[in-house]
Amino acid sequence: MDNIAGSKSSLTWAVHISVALLVALWLFPTVGLFVSSFRTADQIATSGWWSSLSEQESQNPFIRVSGDQVQEGDLYVIEGQLFPETDAEVSAWGTSSREPEAYEPGAVVDLGDGQSLMVNEAGAFRMTSETDMEGTRLPRVFTTATTPPEFTLENYEQVLGGGNGTDSMAQAFISTLTVTIPATVIPIVVAAFAAYALAWMDFPGRALLVAFVVGLLVVPLQLALIPLLKLHLGIGIGKGYLGVWLAHTGFGLPLAIYLLRNYMVGLPRDIIENARVDGATEFQIFTKIILPLSFPALASFAIFQFLWTWNDLLVAKVFLIDATGQTTVMTAKIIELLGTRGGNWEILATAAFVSIIVPLIVFFAMQKYLVRGLLAGSVK
Amino acid sequence: MHPAIMGLLTIAVGVGGCIAYFWGSNQFLDRVLFPAKGPNAGRNINRANMIRPWLFLFPALFALSLYLAYPVFETLRLSMTDRDAGGAFIGLANYIQMADEPKFWEAMRNNMLWLIVVPALSTAFGLLVAQLTDRIGWGSVAKSLIFMPMAISFVGASVIWKLVYDARPPGTDQIGVLNALYVWFTGNDPQQWLTIPFWNNFFLMVVLIWIQTGFAMVILSAALRGIPEETVEAAIVDGANPFQIFFKIKVPQIMGTILVVWTTITIVVLKIFDIVYAMTNGQWETQVLANYMFDKLFRSNDWGVGSASAMVIMLLVTPILVWNVWNARKEMR
Repeated sequence: MDNIAGSKSSLTWAVHISVALLVALWLFPTVGLFVSSFRTADQIATSGWWSSLSEQESQNPFIRVSGDQVQEGDLYVIEGQLFPETDAEVSAWGTSSREPEAYEPGAVVDLGDGQSLMVNEAGAFRMTSETDMEGTRLPRVFTTATTPPEFTLENYEQVLGGGNGTDSMAQAFISTLTVTIPATVIPIVVAAFAAYALAWMDFPGRALLVAFVVGLLVVPLQLALIPLLKLHLGIGIGKGYLGVWLAHTGFGLPLAIYLLRNYMVGLPRDIIENARVDGATEFQIFTKIILPLSFPALASFAIFQFLWTWNDLLVAKVFLIDATGQTTVMTAKIIELLGTRGGNWEILATAAFVSIIVPLIVFFAMQKYLVRGLLAGSVK
Repeated sequence: MHPAIMGLLTIAVGVGGCIAYFWGSNQFLDRVLFPAKGPNAGRNINRANMIRPWLFLFPALFALSLYLAYPVFETLRLSMTDRDAGGAFIGLANYIQMADEPKFWEAMRNNMLWLIVVPALSTAFGLLVAQLTDRIGWGSVAKSLIFMPMAISFVGASVIWKLVYDARPPGTDQIGVLNALYVWFTGNDPQQWLTIPFWNNFFLMVVLIWIQTGFAMVILSAALRGIPEETVEAAIVDGANPFQIFFKIKVPQIMGTILVVWTTITIVVLKIFDIVYAMTNGQWETQVLANYMFDKLFRSNDWGVGSASAMVIMLLVTPILVWNVWNARKEMR
């Protein structure tokens, strides 16, 4: 359609712009989470992440005046900084929650009882009193200030280091990894042999078995929850890693067999028959010829299974996580945080990002195999 | 023992065990049971080759039968028994009880909404992106970015979108982009989007559409590439405009693939659980079947009704299952 006279340039522009818009729309939510995970709790709570690069004007929670008093003549004076750590610029301040923006920066305000207070633009304050202030309750200062953009790694320290156990994702990260790796490797081995038999061995009932596998591809795993939990409890596996590995293996097998069989069927017949004529056993043909040639399909399935087990919530909840919560996985941990820390976006965003980052790396590193697997795996 | 070490041990035992099984059983077959030498060598080889496929298949078939086939029948049985009465057979009583619950019908209605909206929009967006990125230089980068949500867990996506839907009290700066835009354009008070009955379903669906569009795009993009150039060129020669080419030449040729994408997403939708569980947990009339089932099984401990609702999901999947099997068998002939 590029050669339709006259319509080319305008249409091409429209295509570029609409693709750019769609990509932006698709990326925007994820970028929001990513940026939020580096912002301080105060900044997340008071402004949208899209304005995180501009200066923030916000009303701060009150700060109580404190410091050592010195005597200047017959006045007692306390001087100090309201924001010792940031370069905030005060635009208005007040001493009561009803009028938090009552005064200009720099104004000297009479607080009664011979006390006066001044807060300047930089957040420095000077409080004077005619009487000794030792042991008295000092006034509160409400400020409206603009602060420069601020990014921090503190959220990650809290979520990963986690002095207090409740926010810590570190343990959940290890648990997830412990679930994922065996649950990815074992089905591949089991499925590869079965796929080879279904692809290259002749025996009665083969077509029926392939149909059986295709049918199981879409059976919802929801049906398996109660019967298998009963089975696991009955034979003594109980809830734990072994149970979840077995469950993931079972649920992953149909796709594994299907993908690998489809791939192996497409391998050239000559190679296999020549090997047979040369006296290779089926076992040798499988390990020396079929397995190395099937690497792309094995990789595709490995990525699928990895993403699926890493991101899984339901199977882990049913077969793994017991009452002690020692083995909780990251998805379940995030659900927990959504309940307990619903408004604390710095914790939520960081925890979510910690759980997302590994699959994202795998995704971008091995996208080629993922796409190939998708194309082979969708039942045509 | 630390679970990570246990994991490594399991890989070693699992993989080693599998390989030992396959190797050992093959050796046993060839050396001991039917050795390919002596007077009956020819007959023995044939016999060994009849048994070998089943050796290769046995572990997989065993796991499939135990973990997927058996549960279908066991769930069917459980759905007709009463757990409190020691598992007595009670016929369809669980189904009747379920049909009396408004929450079940709410879940059914919402599932139907999901079934209509999500596959349609995901496929449509996927087709749109596939077509648009087909001819531009940075198309593969664009596709890669739109495909990215596929790698994100449903739970992670729920957190991402909860931030989008977040609402702060009126008068303060909004940190959720949807409310920020809403307040900016209309000047109304910010809304708690996920608590508005009926419409909140659509806010949940957006999350799944966001994830599944990439999948649809990848498959449809490959299908578009597979269209024979001559058909498009012939249409250009005949003076068709780009829209006619797309809708009248390209789309009909990839109809089969569109159908595959549609049914695949339909299956995902039927099983949708995590998004609803994480974002609303079925409150504010957003219940869906899988979450209803989870509620029944693990919160009310009512295995009868829970199994009955699982059977409803199975029933909804069955037509697709039959269609897939039928197609696969046709292809094998």
